[in-house]
Amino acid sequence: MIHLWLPLMLVCVLVGAGAYGVIARRNAVLVLIGVELILNAANLLFVTMGSVLDEKLHTGQVLPLFLITIAAAEMGVALAVILALFRDRGHIDLSEPGL
Amino acid sequence: MTSLDILFGAVGLIAAASAVLAVTTQQLVHAALWLVVTLGTLAGCYLVLGAELVALVQLLVYVGAVVVLVLFALMLTRAPLGRSPEHSSGPIQRIAGALIGAGTTALLAAVLLPALGGKLLSIRAGDTRGIAAQLFGSWVWPFELLSLLLLVALVAALGVSRMPASSDEGESA
Repeated sequence: MIHLWLPLMLVCVLVGAGAYGVIARRNAVLVLIGVELILNAANLLFVTMGSVLDEKLHTGQVLPLFLITIAAAEMGVALAVILALFRDRGHIDLSEPGL
Repeated sequence: MTSLDILFGAVGLIAAASAVLAVTTQQLVHAALWLVVTLGTLAGCYLVLGAELVALVQLLVYVGAVVVLVLFALMLTRAPLGRSPEHSSGPIQRIAGALIGAGTTALLAAVLLPALGGKLLSIRAGDTRGIAAQLFGSWVWPFELLSLLLLVALVAALGVSRMPASSDEGESA
């Protein structure tokens, strides 16, 4: 038995930290870390709700698997974009205008 | 308080604290390492919630692969090793970020906690056999589509990294 407010509170804190990371960071890689935190909060909410609702399709555990795969693909493309940006500009500071 | 409450509380507290540290630390590499702690303890949270398969995949893919990609990105962009405050934005933007982050947390908590927070949840053992049957039964088309997505992402990453820089576009054409 577990009280449901514990995982839900963790979800809220993770989303808040991720949002802060996306807004307050200037380095593109650090912004990505914030995005990863938000994605993980979504995963935790999926798993929590999956154990609340007992349904046949196991959505609460299958969708996190999909989301993890999508996050890995996103990270790969983002790494390529950041490297292209770095080659083009010599830095990956998002607050400075490009070119 | 049940024993699972205490277990989840301990693991979740580490996850929350390291998530906050990952977005506030001034050292670039430390941010990636705090991300490792967050993702690893989240895998522990999934274990407590009875989702063993998700926990294992989280460890394999997130801690094993995504964090390595982050570290690679940091190294290939010549991240400085010491403290580097120039990687956070100015105080106004930081305060705005903190306000928006706290606001998002409060808003989500205000929606989720009154609706579901009081419930007491009984944890079932993870039904890996049932998940596998559903994954390759009902979910098989999204699953195959995801493998296509990974291929497209691979080709896209290759294409983006082979793109010529815009400054010498004229000469190389």
